[in-house]
Amino acid sequence: MIAVIDYGVGNLFSLAASLKYTGAESVVTADERVISRADSVILPGVGAFADAREKLVSTGLVPVLDRHVRAGKPLLGICLGMQLLFERSYEYGEHEGLGYIKGEVRPIAPDLKERLKVPHMGWNSLKFVRQSPLYKYLEQGEYVYFVHSYYGTGCAESTTAVSGYGGIDITASVECGNVFGTQFHPEKSGAAGLKILRAFGELGG
Amino acid sequence: MLAKRIIPCLDVKDGMVVKGKNFTGIREVESPVALAQRYNLSGADELVFYDITASSDGRALFADTLRQVASCIFIPLTVGGGINTLDDFDRVLKCGADKVSVNTGAIRDPSLIGRAAKRYGDQCVVLSMDVKRVDGKFSVFSHGGRVNTGISAEEWAYRGQEEGAGELVLNSIDTDGVKNGYDCEMLQKVCSRLSIPVVASGGAGKKEDFSALFGTVPQADAALAASVFHFGEINITELKNYLSGCGVHVRL
Repeated sequence: MIAVIDYGVGNLFSLAASLKYTGAESVVTADERVISRADSVILPGVGAFADAREKLVSTGLVPVLDRHVRAGKPLLGICLGMQLLFERSYEYGEHEGLGYIKGEVRPIAPDLKERLKVPHMGWNSLKFVRQSPLYKYLEQGEYVYFVHSYYGTGCAESTTAVSGYGGIDITASVECGNVFGTQFHPEKSGAAGLKILRAFGELGG
Repeated sequence: MLAKRIIPCLDVKDGMVVKGKNFTGIREVESPVALAQRYNLSGADELVFYDITASSDGRALFADTLRQVASCIFIPLTVGGGINTLDDFDRVLKCGADKVSVNTGAIRDPSLIGRAAKRYGDQCVVLSMDVKRVDGKFSVFSHGGRVNTGISAEEWAYRGQEEGAGELVLNSIDTDGVKNGYDCEMLQKVCSRLSIPVVASGGAGKKEDFSALFGTVPQADAALAASVFHFGEINITELKNYLSGCGVHVRL
């Protein structure tokens, strides 16, 4: 069973519906007991880092996530949920993250080498840089849907795919042991996204 | 590199997709769910739903429709029509919408844009504008294109961006339904000061209109159309293959 953590950020309708569509058993919950029993956990998130981090802390679920990760069970952070996995973020100040993935979250705009729009919003293609079980059903170059203005940096060793934008490589996904993150929204990425969610669901057995 | 997006738009009345040249010539087309599924399979990058019913019964039917679509199609969904308050945002987001499009509601109360952006994030708020030439200037029209607000389109677009809109839909009343191409002149003029994504709307009649749009107005990130897709005059898969052949970067 996959537990999707409901900590009051964002719209979980599509995520729940897409997991159901892949045939995975999932539940949207903030209940510590349910999350502790889950085979896999998904940490979603949209909005601002500090606000989401605060909300997550106030649910008291951070220690539950820590135990889940230490137990070697799969965790997937999506979009802001992925950014929360990092050590820190520089979105409006400096904020500590969960620290499961080495690296920092920084604004895209100052790093762009061409003048392009931020947020980086829309469909971009994935370039795999390392093998990942999340991509077992995917082909190199498939498109996924992004909406974000900040991105993971200093995370070369955990990066599994990037997407080119304005002359830079946007970190599209990371992986460190049983901890996974996608900057894009698999639940909004059509058939490609469903394949990723299916692969993640299978990791939990 | 981001792909240029192709976006079919579905006007929904009492749970059915409708399309007409004007509001008196409406004719029912088919079930939104079936149509949305077909678009999804043919490679639509996003779907826009406009609720053109005014009654509360119609609203309830629309909510059901949206939930059904969002349960089987996993690409971004934008919803517009009758969005005047944060409660309206809430109502459609709960049914699976990803973005909410405001038009007359934002003209009536521009602070709606900022309040919604603060609560749901910029990415969620789409400002939709109906624009028409009046005395050589581009003017914003409200109430489904019936009322000239006298507001300059360039200024309103920029104001919307500053208020916190995450995307802009620019619909040309002059070219809408004419099927002779997008209003590139208006789009260029209104886009020039913007840094948020822009969706061009109004005037698509053939595949060449899309390549002309992306060739002439590089600031356009997406092209929206309704009838040419509904009535099968343009197939989205073929359109995207054609655009790719023209050097336009699309998701194939």
